[in-house]
Amino acid sequence: MSELRRTPLYAAHVRLKARLVPFAGFELPIQYTSIREEHTAVRERAGLFDVSHMGQIYFSGAKACETLERLLTCAVDSLKVGCARYGLLLNESGGCIDDVMLTREAEDLYFLCVNASNVESARGWIESQVGIKVGLTPEAESGSDLQLEDRSDQTALLALQGPAAKAILTKLGPDESELPKRFRVARFNLAGADTLVSGTGYTGSPGYELYVSNADAEKVFEAILEVGATDGVFPAGLGARDTLRLEAALALHGHELDDQTTPFEAGLDRFVKPLDSGFIGAEALASKAAANDPNARSLIGFEMTERGIARADYEIVSAGEVIGRVTSGTPSPTLGKSIGLGYVPRSQSEVGRMLAIRIRNKDVAAKIVERPFV
Amino acid sequence: MADYEFPDELLFTSDDEWIRVEGDSVVIGISDFAQNQLGDIVFVELPDAGAITEAGAPFGTIESVKAVSDLCAPLSGEVLEINEALEDTPEQVNESCYGEGWLIKLRPSDQSQLGGLMNAGAYRQSVEERDSDF
Repeated sequence: MSELRRTPLYAAHVRLKARLVPFAGFELPIQYTSIREEHTAVRERAGLFDVSHMGQIYFSGAKACETLERLLTCAVDSLKVGCARYGLLLNESGGCIDDVMLTREAEDLYFLCVNASNVESARGWIESQVGIKVGLTPEAESGSDLQLEDRSDQTALLALQGPAAKAILTKLGPDESELPKRFRVARFNLAGADTLVSGTGYTGSPGYELYVSNADAEKVFEAILEVGATDGVFPAGLGARDTLRLEAALALHGHELDDQTTPFEAGLDRFVKPLDSGFIGAEALASKAAANDPNARSLIGFEMTERGIARADYEIVSAGEVIGRVTSGTPSPTLGKSIGLGYVPRSQSEVGRMLAIRIRNKDVAAKIVERPFV
Repeated sequence: MADYEFPDELLFTSDDEWIRVEGDSVVIGISDFAQNQLGDIVFVELPDAGAITEAGAPFGTIESVKAVSDLCAPLSGEVLEINEALEDTPEQVNESCYGEGWLIKLRPSDQSQLGGLMNAGAYRQSVEERDSDF
């Protein structure tokens, strides 16, 4: 295995006595004090995450918009400058190469925030489809009508999530009225650092994601913890990030999504534009939709009605037969019960249906419930 | 190294369990280091009283928010009693791993197996060697 990489906040994590684990090739905090405490901090006050491992691929030039339009399931042309939108990067058979946040920073300047584990595969896919290389530095000659740049290694990303996030950021300069609303972005000087503040997140609580240069990351991280102390902000790790996103039923690539899974199976229909709009994977999605196969898989959310915790890869059982698999499961700190996501045949996926999860060879009762869980 | 407790009167295993000898039976739990490493414990599954354990073989399961771990029997014997309170309050293992958070009471079938366990000092040393996080 190759050497683990460190984010610019590594020293800060060590100082905060984080428990560091390997994740997507990086050494990252799974928790600082306790997953439960960090989870509750986000739901009730605020939590600050280092998600610098995530990647950023920039598209600029006159052809950026039409190129992204072809690559992504979400509409690109209608996205206004200063806005962000969730979308999927599909292969020809409609499977998800990655799920991404698309941000339009300027008229001809967009970037995709991609999952850390998928930076390489997303970059390779984009290069193969667009026919030009993704550079690691800005192109010297800016005359061409499309430049692709991978700024993942220069960009740090912090996520400040929770109901107190807005109050905390206003202490660092911006007026409350200036801060971006949900799925909007705006640039500020925070603690002396040029920061792109995005009204997005991955927790199901309100909050912001903050893009800064590596050099400024620690300064902003420390400033937020300092000014936010009286608001009860906690540094929060990947453990809480996972329990939070799961309560919000937000998909995680590698669990709910992979290159064999379509956005329709994953219940992400609303992030897919009309199938005649010519994006990659649209034809495959259209023929699958036309086939209308009742045995096609469908993502469900379930809660355990008996004692037990569902985990990824456990079997989902109905009438003694294995009908699917759990993709993610956790005890929910907010609800005080165990919840999970998984795939079953569409004909057996309606809310209210009883199932069992096979936990260590024992079938433990569960019920399909509405998503999100909270 | 973090400030773990290793009470002198207990014996320990390399699987991070503790054993308190009480006459011809023993009480078993997990160590302070183990509960700290696991994090928030949310589920404990124990055998029924009367079950037979085999030294080194799993006798139950303990789950934190993120991980599932086997509990390995430090000794062969018969389960006399389990800590039923853990069904509703598994967090007792975090809060009081050497007290309220005990797991099972066992009657060892082979007292000589006690000789293979570590005392608190030896166990502390084994933790220090493994615990590079702190």
